[in-house]
Amino acid sequence: MHLVLFIIFGGLCVAGALNLLFQRHPINAALSLIVVMSSLAVLYLLLGAEFLAAAQVIVYSGAIMVLFTFVIMLLNAGSEERTHGSKAAYAIGIPGAAALFAALAYIFLSNSKSLSTAKLGDYIVTTSDLSRVLFRDLLLPFEVTSVLILVAILGAVALARREH
Amino acid sequence: MEVNFWIFLLLSVLKVAVVTVILLTAVAYTVLLERKVVGRIQNRWGPTRVGPFGLLQPLADGIKLFLKEDLMPTGVYKPLYIAAPVIALSCALLSISMIPFGANIKYHGVDLFQISDINIGLLVILGITSVGVYGVALSGWSSNNKYSLLGALRASAQVISYELALGLSVIGVILVSQSFRLREIVDLQARHGIVSWNVFGGFQFVAFFIYLTAAFAETNRTPFDLPEAESELTAGYHTEYSSMKFAMFFMAEYANMITVGCVATLLFLGGWTSPFGHLFPADLGGVVGEALLPVFWFVAKVFCFLFLYIWVRGTLPRFRYDQLMGFGWKFLMPLAIANILATSLWLAFHAA
Repeated sequence: MHLVLFIIFGGLCVAGALNLLFQRHPINAALSLIVVMSSLAVLYLLLGAEFLAAAQVIVYSGAIMVLFTFVIMLLNAGSEERTHGSKAAYAIGIPGAAALFAALAYIFLSNSKSLSTAKLGDYIVTTSDLSRVLFRDLLLPFEVTSVLILVAILGAVALARREH
Repeated sequence: MEVNFWIFLLLSVLKVAVVTVILLTAVAYTVLLERKVVGRIQNRWGPTRVGPFGLLQPLADGIKLFLKEDLMPTGVYKPLYIAAPVIALSCALLSISMIPFGANIKYHGVDLFQISDINIGLLVILGITSVGVYGVALSGWSSNNKYSLLGALRASAQVISYELALGLSVIGVILVSQSFRLREIVDLQARHGIVSWNVFGGFQFVAFFIYLTAAFAETNRTPFDLPEAESELTAGYHTEYSSMKFAMFFMAEYANMITVGCVATLLFLGGWTSPFGHLFPADLGGVVGEALLPVFWFVAKVFCFLFLYIWVRGTLPRFRYDQLMGFGWKFLMPLAIANILATSLWLAFHAA
């Protein structure tokens, strides 16, 4: 059951990601990104992270992607235009991506003993378990991250208001 | 208890069918109620011709909408134009599946009065609502009409803004009940009837006020119905829609109203529990009474919400757009955060 769901939504995720790259129109690309994010939420749920799944849908598929589509609608962006692109990207692009992928795969596989493996199963991480880790064991990184996000917001506001 | 898979499947399909039919009927009759009540507020009768007291009016409206020609304007972007009402309606119908309508009564191990009882029921409802915005946003964009686009932009900006206030107001209730599961939230309010409801006993009246206001904005109802302000935008995001596609948006709006009313009932007004607590014996009317009395209370409370919605629509004028945004961000948001702080301080003081 878990495996079947994993294959369906994993496939949907990959298909959405590919569609995102191949679509010419920005709004279609944005919509395929929503599909990717929502199927990621299902994958989180399959791993037992229920709060993370709900937060993924609310924050990413809900709020952030609505803002994306909002901007696309406001700018009324047309279809993308074909350019010849940079020569460097053609030359290095695919080998570079392959090298990065290979390096990451090598690192993860060689350290697979020290990293615990993820299992699809019936167990569930409840919200209270998660918050215990987040607000007790990892309190400092959590708070520092929130300050970091605050700084980013202030930076965005400062950039947007520079004209005045 | 081990549940027989086939019984589970059969009962679940049955539950889904019954709930969907009841919800759609309720939607149709909410429209009639609205026309009647707003009519009386404006000193006229409302629909009276079809059937006794106009009671068959929803049926006539439904037949009219079904039989109308489904126009496809030439300038639209077809795939999204067709998908948008489907997204809106399916999101509106999906969220009702988390709502418990009555006491936890099991038949062969299957909960009779709730489609699915999950740990994070409340979060799932919030998530589905936040995805439902796409129906409105995409309809406005794909219609290729400036009124539609303006309506859709207004709607998505408004829904995102008020979703924050809505989510933050709910946190107060979650702090008090320490669970996202809607059944647990209600069970905690069941002890002493009306005094233990979250709105009174849980001291969440501020949260209740914020939730109520944000819910009006979330469902695009007056006084926050700027996305479909007919004096400036024709009909807003569904200007280009006709026949069943228009009806789908219409049904989605009213289904959302009902869902929001259900959630408010569950979170703040004790759900299906009686306001009198245990003053009356629970076994009034045998097994059937025990099962149906909670449903009666639940429906009565949701009905009060719907009536309030209609009453407000007949009473208040529409906000201006800057007033709407200012009210959401500068008043409701800080108030909701203050409510969270006060609630958690109060809980910490009690726990210490």
